[in-house]
Amino acid sequence: MGQTTAEKIFAAHLRDEPFQGTKVLDIDRVLCHEITTPVAIADLEWRGKDRVFDASKIKAVIDHVTPAKDSKTALQAKILRDWARRHEIKDFFDVGRNGVCHAIFPEKGYIRPGFTAIMGDSHTCTHGAFGAFAAGVGTTDLEVGILKGVCAFREPKTIRVNLNGKLPGGVYAKDVILFVIGQLGVNGATDRVIEFHGPVVETMSMDARMTLCNMAIEAGGTCGICQPDMVTVEYLWPFIGEEYASKAEALADFQNWVADTDAGYDKVLDFDVSALEPQVTYGFKPDCVKSAKEMAGTKVDQVYIGTCTNGRIEDLRQAAAVLKGRTVADSVRGIVSPATPKIFQEALAEGLIQIFMDAGFCVTNPTCGACLGMSNGVLAEGEVCAATSNRNFSGRMGKGGMVHLMSPSTAAATAITGVITDARSF
Amino acid sequence: MKKTFGGPSIFLDRGDINTDEIIPAKYLTEVTKEALKPYCLEDLSLDGFDPKGEKLANARVIVTRDNFGCGSSREHAPWVFEVNDIHTVIAESYARIFRQNMFNCGMLAIELPKEQIDKLFALEQGSGDVDIAINLAEQEIVARGNGIEESCRFEISPFDKALVEAGGWVEYADARY
Ligand code: SF4
Repeated sequence: MGQTTAEKIFAAHLRDEPFQGTKVLDIDRVLCHEITTPVAIADLEWRGKDRVFDASKIKAVIDHVTPAKDSKTALQAKILRDWARRHEIKDFFDVGRNGVCHAIFPEKGYIRPGFTAIMGDSHTCTHGAFGAFAAGVGTTDLEVGILKGVCAFREPKTIRVNLNGKLPGGVYAKDVILFVIGQLGVNGATDRVIEFHGPVVETMSMDARMTLCNMAIEAGGTCGICQPDMVTVEYLWPFIGEEYASKAEALADFQNWVADTDAGYDKVLDFDVSALEPQVTYGFKPDCVKSAKEMAGTKVDQVYIGTCTNGRIEDLRQAAAVLKGRTVADSVRGIVSPATPKIFQEALAEGLIQIFMDAGFCVTNPTCGACLGMSNGVLAEGEVCAATSNRNFSGRMGKGGMVHLMSPSTAAATAITGVITDARSF
Repeated sequence: MKKTFGGPSIFLDRGDINTDEIIPAKYLTEVTKEALKPYCLEDLSLDGFDPKGEKLANARVIVTRDNFGCGSSREHAPWVFEVNDIHTVIAESYARIFRQNMFNCGMLAIELPKEQIDKLFALEQGSGDVDIAINLAEQEIVARGNGIEESCRFEISPFDKALVEAGGWVEYADARY
């Protein structure tokens, strides 16, 4: 029988199988941010093992709370910064150059088809958009990754999701993944990889594929994976141009990681998305999903556009297209956080920042910010936020607050009216 | 460091309890495990559950439903249990990262079928005090409450068991790789 993409990557990275079914893999990228890494660093120091397995394979960023908001977050940033300097980790991004981890690392070309990557962050599954196996892990796994360059996994089963048909106008990758999570449930993919296939994914940009894979964890998935193709090659070409004689050659190489046609799947799901409507969550779990029309009229206090799910340039373009020539409702605070400095600059050059500001949005520096309720837009008790992020847990954006997840386009329309609004009604 | 397992139990009767409920994100600015201690399950709102109550303070074991520990990868969730001497969780199922984090810390995330979990919950009806003894070598738990004793075996992968016996993944990996 053939192999899935994850099985191919596991086979190529297998360092050890201490017990049947437990695979210890060599890791190509150990990614770090300032919230989960400092305790790993402290523990390594305490053990007298303040070393790194390979500084060139470790990438680090300060992104969750930045610039620091208080002494505690300043200390977290300092621990990461000092450690990166001490070990000469060249790819370390600090204030002025930093952005949301799952946006900035791919943007720098660090993730390639066939790679293994871990990070102390559950949305590491985003990087599977490149045909990589990328998994969120805890601090102990991160610590061992930093020290030894390995991580243990149960060989994951794979759920194949075929996205068929053609996405209607005004409906985006975010709507697709919210719909898929609604179908799978919040633990429908636990210990599973979700492999996305079909004409809808094939026509998606890398930005859209990252949105898709970003939320695999919200169905419990270890990783979301898209098949590497010419879109992947084009995106990575600025970084791999010297490694390959031509794009065709790169494509041929990348296709080694494409799942075999006779691969064995745990489950195969077929969805025709041709009639899909914009989706919005309604409860405190990401699988509580309805159409924007059904949710229409729900009042919001804040609109947050950004994050590792939807803070990329295409997302800002989609939101700006709706906002252009319009203004945010008086009852709403609009906040937009371009996910990286590069995205911010592109948005400036394209006039998107102007549109956001004319509409009355507050434009923040690239950061996770309000997404996890730590800075830049924390909700007060009883407040409601329409957000392009990925998690609507109770209190996620501030104790007693409520979050509705949606696409940038729906969020922009909601900002204008002050109530959840299907952007296609404009 | 090797952990001890078993003791008085607390029952959390809901599925999908997430890591934000176990330890809210605002405490992620702490850089030591000990600093998390007062905030265990602080944002969990559940009938009859008091995060500041004696029941939680005395608990050494948590018994709960499915998909426990879903959400973020924060190891602060197992840590807040660890520093409160709760080294065992017994649930119908777990989110992958949380489960791995427990074993990586040398702690136990025991999975039991729903019927078995129901029986444990049944013991709690009445006096409410349930003591659960855990025998890792035999992979067996014995729960006593309401004058009744329930025992059952549990499955644990040989790797997870080896992690617990080694005291965690850092110890295990350091000796081997
Ligand atoms: S943007 Fe939100 S979900 Fe993404 S890494 Fe930051 S805190 Fe996590």
